[in-house]
Amino acid sequence: MSGLHRRELVKELVKGRGKDTLMLAGLGSPCWDLTNAGDMAENFYIWGAMGGAAMIGYGVARMQPEKRVVVLTGDGEMLMGMGAFATIANHPVRNLAIVVLDNGRFGETGGQKTHTAAGVTDLAGIAKASGIATTATISEESEVGKLKELVFKTPGPVVAVAKVQYEKLKFVLPANSGSYLKDRFRNAVLGEDTAQK
Amino acid sequence: MLSLSKHEVRRVPPRFPPKTATRTMTDTKLDWPADVHKVLRDEGITEVAIVPDAGHSRLIELCEADNDISLVTMTTEEEGIHMLSGTFLGGGKGVMLLQSSGVGNIMNSLALPNTCRIPILMIVTMRGEWGEFNSWQVPMGQGTPGCLEAMGVRLIRVDAPADIAPAVKAASRLAFDGQQMVAVLISQKTLGFKDFRELAR
Repeated sequence: MSGLHRRELVKELVKGRGKDTLMLAGLGSPCWDLTNAGDMAENFYIWGAMGGAAMIGYGVARMQPEKRVVVLTGDGEMLMGMGAFATIANHPVRNLAIVVLDNGRFGETGGQKTHTAAGVTDLAGIAKASGIATTATISEESEVGKLKELVFKTPGPVVAVAKVQYEKLKFVLPANSGSYLKDRFRNAVLGEDTAQK
Repeated sequence: MLSLSKHEVRRVPPRFPPKTATRTMTDTKLDWPADVHKVLRDEGITEVAIVPDAGHSRLIELCEADNDISLVTMTTEEEGIHMLSGTFLGGGKGVMLLQSSGVGNIMNSLALPNTCRIPILMIVTMRGEWGEFNSWQVPMGQGTPGCLEAMGVRLIRVDAPADIAPAVKAASRLAFDGQQMVAVLISQKTLGFKDFRELAR
């Protein structure tokens, strides 16, 4: 079985990350991966609204141009909202990176194959053809450094697809109250005085 | 913060230069899009997400010509709800302009602002209700109020042009102060109906 281990990859990805990096995780495994790597107020976990992760992160990025905004999502989630690539490419921001952890499966619903499973559909290729400035696909451990550079340093918008193995891993659950997660994130980003008035 | 944000998002010049806002309505008629545009400015709204509708065209032109407002065109309406949820998470305020047929596209995206209590402001131009010629517009036009209410969106209906701007102001306050998802539904009666047979002549 080829591909990276998602838990180790995300742990490595967030190593050295500061509070000026805002991270949003798409539903399912990316939420558990990010929680496992280290929960913090600058994380927002999207427990639903499938297909929306990229656009939610984009909305944040437009309002917070001084901060890096990283969306961590899965292939099934991204396939449901591919129009976002075209929208973001036509109104680009420099501070947004979208990382797709692509295991070719709908992991939460029994591991059914997605459109990327057989290598027919190429998400980075779709992002590129939509006009996203920087796109890449990585599948080797030797490329993790390059992935970090793309995610945190390269001017956005960046779409990076990381080919990961399909693994049955323990769920690592973050808080699930939407209003709590929203207020926690806004308090952290804007300061409580601004966020709550 | 705002000016930096503009710098970031306006980095690339628009593909089509913004049209100069022209007065398309006669002076004897009420220019409600200009009044709505003023309300959006007064309320501090800087992000305008759109999937176009003919009924919104003049308001879209006014927003496009306004340097304090960023207009972002979506490929589908749920992108707008997602982006505006992110707008609020990042400390800003936005509005979504859409038509009633687009309401059908946003249902599950509303789960996010619903459960997170994120304010959402929408201005919906209605089709399929007042002398509609195109039968394909009828199901979603007629279904719009019920679908929105089922997802917890508060509705403000307007039938008269003079009531539109005050309704948008009230909706904005209800959304951002009252922490609600709010849609202003502009009746097709206000916008008039077109007869496709005439257009085909």
